[in-house]
Amino acid sequence: MSDRQSAMPGAHFDGHVRLRDAGLRGMITLRGDLDAGMIRKAAMDVTGQVFPKPRMANCTNDTGLCWMSPDELLVLVPHDEAATALAYLQAALAGEHHLAVDVSDARAVFTLEGEASALRETLAKLTPADMRDAALPIGQLRRTRLAQVPVAFWFQSESDAHLICFRSVADYVFGLLQNAARPGSEIGFF
Amino acid sequence: MLTLTCPYCGIACDETELSPGGEAHITRFGPGSSDQEFETYLFQRENPKGVHFERWRHAYGCGKWFHAARNTVTLEVYGTYSAQVFEPPQSVKDAISAKLPDWSWRGLA
Repeated sequence: MSDRQSAMPGAHFDGHVRLRDAGLRGMITLRGDLDAGMIRKAAMDVTGQVFPKPRMANCTNDTGLCWMSPDELLVLVPHDEAATALAYLQAALAGEHHLAVDVSDARAVFTLEGEASALRETLAKLTPADMRDAALPIGQLRRTRLAQVPVAFWFQSESDAHLICFRSVADYVFGLLQNAARPGSEIGFF
Repeated sequence: MLTLTCPYCGIACDETELSPGGEAHITRFGPGSSDQEFETYLFQRENPKGVHFERWRHAYGCGKWFHAARNTVTLEVYGTYSAQVFEPPQSVKDAISAKLPDWSWRGLA
């Protein structure tokens, strides 16, 4: 059995926010009609989370449901349960038009911790997204770009943000965040 | 900088999060059409100073195509709307008329 690794195992940086590689996370892309009862039920059953409203990420620890687009959902589960969860979804949605794919190893997840203002500032240096509280409240997912690559991030709490990017650009994204969080680079805008 | 609100996910996107798709509401002329019609479909575009309708794709977000009505002079955005329509909804036309009563664009007004 191969030894599966996250994109940047153990990567960490302590600047004015603390950056960590979140380790292995189970992620399943689920596409289909998000208004369909079967899909909503299957997604809720597999994670135990409330079905998210548009743009929301309902997550606790390793499990969650993230609304990615009007027909796409990202299902978060613990990494070693991804295969079981995928099999469950496919069985539950047999006959319903849908697509479920395990993308766990195609993505990288980073966590950012620190003061709310520092977190928002670090991301605001790199993304065109409006990072004010009012525009991006806690629990709302924002798909956007970080410098030159697509990412999605959300605030789990005021002092804890999660960021998902493609695995192939994990090193680039971590480098960007590291530079933006460098001690002495505080702006104090938020 | 242009900020357009994606009608599908409701996010106010920066221009750099979007891919431009050129002019909106172009009628396709394919096999069986005259050379004149095909030329119009392929090459003839508006180049207005003022009200314009465009297609955009929310490339760094939900990935959906949508339409936008904006002013090429003032960069004012009158509205964004679904891609699944042949012409702008009345609400968007009304929003333009409120600002520019005598606007016209390719036979629309």
